[in-house]
Amino acid sequence: MARPKRQIVALTVNGEAIEIAVRPHETLLEALRYGLRLTGSKQGCDKGDCGACTVRLDGVPVLSCITLAVEAAGRSVTTLEGLSHGPTLDPVQAAFDACGALQCGFCQSGMMLSARALLDHNPKPSLREIKEALSGNLCRCTGYTKILEAVQVAAGLCQPGEGPVDELHRG
Amino acid sequence: MARERAKTSVIGGRHRKGDSVLKATGQALYADDIQLPRMLHAKILRSPHPHARIRGIDFSAALAHPGVVAVLEGRELPTRYGIIPWTEDEQALAEDKARYVGDEVAAVAAVDELTADEALALIRVDYEPLPALLSVDEAAARPDVKIHEGAKHGNVSKRVDLAFGDVEGELARSAVVVDERFYYEGSTHAPIEPHCALAQVDGDGNLTVWSSTQIPHYLHRALAKVLGLPEKKIRVIQPFLGGAFGGKSDPFALEFCVAKLALKTGRPVKILYTREEVFYAHRGRHPMRMRYRVGTDPDGRLTAVDAKIDIDGGAYSSFGLVTAYYAGQLLTGPYRFPTYHFDSTRFFTNKPCCGPKRGHGSVQPRFAFEVALDMAAEKLGLDPIEIRRRNFIGEDVTTVNGQRIGSNGFLACLDAVERASGWKERYAQLPPGKGLGVAGSMYISGTAYPIYPNEMPQTGVQVKLDRSGRVTVFSGASDIGQGSNSVPAWILAEELGCAPEDVVAVVSDTDLTPVDLGAYSSRVTFMLGLACIEAGRRLRAQLDAAVAEAWKIPAANVEAALGTYREVGSARTLSFVEAVRLAEAKFGTLGATGSYRTQKLGGDYRGGTIGASPAYSFTAHVAEVDVDRETGIITVGKLWIAHDCGRALNPCLVEGQMEGSAYMGYAEALFEAQEYDHRGLHRGPSLLDYRIPTTLDTPDMKSLIVESIEPGGPYGAKEAGEGPLHPSIPAISNAVWRACGIRLTELPFTPARVLRLLREKEARERKLAATA
Repeated sequence: MARPKRQIVALTVNGEAIEIAVRPHETLLEALRYGLRLTGSKQGCDKGDCGACTVRLDGVPVLSCITLAVEAAGRSVTTLEGLSHGPTLDPVQAAFDACGALQCGFCQSGMMLSARALLDHNPKPSLREIKEALSGNLCRCTGYTKILEAVQVAAGLCQPGEGPVDELHRG
Repeated sequence: MARERAKTSVIGGRHRKGDSVLKATGQALYADDIQLPRMLHAKILRSPHPHARIRGIDFSAALAHPGVVAVLEGRELPTRYGIIPWTEDEQALAEDKARYVGDEVAAVAAVDELTADEALALIRVDYEPLPALLSVDEAAARPDVKIHEGAKHGNVSKRVDLAFGDVEGELARSAVVVDERFYYEGSTHAPIEPHCALAQVDGDGNLTVWSSTQIPHYLHRALAKVLGLPEKKIRVIQPFLGGAFGGKSDPFALEFCVAKLALKTGRPVKILYTREEVFYAHRGRHPMRMRYRVGTDPDGRLTAVDAKIDIDGGAYSSFGLVTAYYAGQLLTGPYRFPTYHFDSTRFFTNKPCCGPKRGHGSVQPRFAFEVALDMAAEKLGLDPIEIRRRNFIGEDVTTVNGQRIGSNGFLACLDAVERASGWKERYAQLPPGKGLGVAGSMYISGTAYPIYPNEMPQTGVQVKLDRSGRVTVFSGASDIGQGSNSVPAWILAEELGCAPEDVVAVVSDTDLTPVDLGAYSSRVTFMLGLACIEAGRRLRAQLDAAVAEAWKIPAANVEAALGTYREVGSARTLSFVEAVRLAEAKFGTLGATGSYRTQKLGGDYRGGTIGASPAYSFTAHVAEVDVDRETGIITVGKLWIAHDCGRALNPCLVEGQMEGSAYMGYAEALFEAQEYDHRGLHRGPSLLDYRIPTTLDTPDMKSLIVESIEPGGPYGAKEAGEGPLHPSIPAISNAVWRACGIRLTELPFTPARVLRLLREKEARERKLAATA
C-alpha cells in the first residue's frame, strides 16, 4: 500500500537542534524510540492510557504515543535522556534511585518527567498535588509509596526512608 | 544451612540497587529497545472465534503484499509444549482448532510493523465455528464438546481431592459452623511492559532469542523442543524486564514465532505485543467459585475446614495442575487445621488461559477462608484478631497436610498491625460507615517442586574475582524489578568483605550464566541467596588463608568488612584489593561456584510435594474503610501491612515488595476484573477500561517488617514478594462488614454490588421490624 511521503521536521531534542524525516502518521514516541534511538521513553499501551511515554514538549508533559511527530516541529522535546545535567543526575533521578522507587523501571521515565515538570512550577508541592501530577502515570510494581516519597525527597521535603509525609497529618 | 553472623556490614542496610541508575537514566535496555540490522517485524493473526476448527489457511494475498518476507502456520511448529511436562497442550500457532478469541493462528514477518499488520488482514482462514464453552458450568455440562481431545474426563483440566482427618465428623461436633459461598473474579497482571521477543540466527545456525520472560531456562528448553534444535545451539537472553507478576512465566507464541521466522528468513525478527494482545495472552488469576465450611469449638478454635472449588482455567493447561493443588495446599497456615478436606477442579473453557499471578492459586481461597473465619468470630462474639491468635499454628510444626513450617512471626504480625492501626481503641468506636478489618496469610518461599523432575540444582552462581578488585557474579536469576540483580552484590560484599559497588552482576543469559529456574514461587532471593553465600564463603576462605599467611597469623583471626581486611585485636589492615592479590598469588586464578539444591520436602501422599517449601512467610493486614451508603463506593483510607520475611536483607526492597503486593490485592478487591462477553471477547482490553489504580486511587500504606529469622534461609530470610498480597482482599471485606454490616463474598467489590447488598440488608431489617 502506498505510504504518504516523509516530511522533514526541525525540532530541538534534549537541547540539540535536529531535523528528522517522519511520515505524517508517525507518533512522536516512534520517532524518538525507533528513529532517534532514544529508548528511555517507553511504550506501554500506545493509546494514551498508561503514561510510560510521557515526554516534555516545551516544558509541558505530553503523551508522546498520541502526539504526532510533526506536531513537535519548531518545538523543544525533553526525554529521560535529557533529564540529567551532563554526568550529574537530576535530583528527581537521584531520589528515585535512593528511595527504591525504581522496581522494574519501565514506567519511571514518564513518572520522572512528570515529577520534574511538577517541581519546576511548584517546588514544594503537597502530597495531594504530587498525587495529582503523577495520576496519569501508571505503575504496577510499587503501589506508588516509594515514588511519592522520592518526589518529596527531590523537593527537599523529607529524607529517603521517611516518606511519604502527609502534611495534613504531621504531628 | 546458613551460619548466623553476629554482626553484618551490608545485609540489613537500605542499599541502592546496582542497576537503578541505568533505569533512572534510560540506559537500561528492555526487549523492545533492542534493534538489530536488517530486522523484520512480525505480527500474529488471532482467532476471532472462541472455538473453531481451522479447515485451511490461504496466505496467497498476504504473500503477494509488498514488504512481506515470510509467513508461518501451525503445522510448521507441530510439537506441543507447556510449562508443566505432564500437560503439554499448547502449540505455537493453532493447527487443528482455535480454543479462544485471540488464540494464535498464523504469523507474518515484514519489513515493518505496519506492513505486517496490513498483511494479517489479507490472510484468509477457513473456520468452522464450534460450540463455545464460556463458563465452568457450560464446560461441565458439555463433556461431549471437548476443548482438548486429550483430556481424560470431559473438560476437566485437573481435579485434586485430598482429605486429612474426619472432616464431616468434626463439623457435626463443632459448636459453630460457617457455611458460605464465594466467588473470585479473574484478574490479570498488566505489567506496563508488553511482551516482546527478538530472534537472530548466525551463520553457524546458532539461534539467539531475547525475550521479556521471567523463565529464561524453561523458555530455553521449550524452544529446543519445539524447534527441534539442541539446547546448546540456542541462547536465551532476558534483557531488563518491565514487570511480570507471573504474566511472563509461560513460554508464549511470540517467542516461537520470532525464532522460527528468523530461521526461515535468516534475518532478525521482532514481535512486540499490543496492549490488547497482552490482555488476551493473559495467564492471570483464575476465577474461582468456592464453598467453605469452617467449624470451630466454643472457644473459636478451628475443628474442621472443608472446601469445594471450581476453577475456570481458560483454554490451556499452563500451570493449571499446580493451581488446582495450590488452591487447597497453601491454606493450612498460619492457623492450625485439625482436619481438612478440599476438592478442587480446574475446567477448560474457551477463554484466554489463566495461569500464575502473584500469589498463585492461593489468593482466592485465602480471601474466602479469612472472611469465613471472621464470620465464625462474629457468631462467637470474639474479636477478629483474637480468633486468629487462638488458632496460631506455632513455629517448627508440621501442618495437617504435611508441610514443614520453620520460623513463624505471625503473632508478631498481628501485634504490629493491631498496635499501628490503633485497633484496641478504635475497632469498636468507629462511627457507622467506617470500619477496621483484619486478615492473615501464609506463603511459600520457593518450592521443592522443580517443574521437571531432575537432580540438578535449582539455581547456581559463578563468582570471578581478580587483581583489579572487581568481583563478577554470573547469575541466571531473572530480575523482574524485585532486585535479584543486586541481591548477589549485597551478599557477596557481606561474605567477601568488599563494598557492594565492587560487585558487578552478569545476569540471565543462558550462554553466560548458570541455570536458574526463574522468577516464580517467591524462590529467587531464598535460593539465589544461599547459592551466593556458598560461593562467597568458598572464596573468603582463600582470601583469609592468603592474608593469614602474609601476616603469619591464624586464618580465624582475619576479619573483613566493606573493603578492609584486619587482624582481630590489632590495628593492622589491608585493602580488599590487596587481599585479592595475595590470594591470586597463592592459589592462582580465583573463582568459585555456589548452588541451591532442592530438598526432599512435603507430605507422603500423591501431590504432597506440591506446596512444600523450604520456608513459609506470614502476613497480617488491617484495612480501614469508609463506605458511602448513597453511592456504594468503598474508600480504603489505610492499609497496615505486617510481613514476616524472616530477615530483611534490604528493608527498602522488602517494603517495596510489601507495598506493591498490598496494592495489587487492593486493586483486585475494588477495581479489576478480567471478564468476557457471550462471544468470548474481553470486556475492555485496555489500561483505561481495565482499571488499575492510579496514585489517586491507591490507599496510604504502612509497611511493618517482622523478622522471625528462618534457620534455613540466607541470613534468615524468607520471601516478601507474594505473601503480602493475600490479606488485602479479606481485610477490606471484613472492614466493610464492620462499617455497614454487609458481607462481600464476591469480587470485585464494585459500588453496584455494595449497593445491592445494602438494599437487601435494609429490606431484611424492615421485614424483621414489621414482624416484631
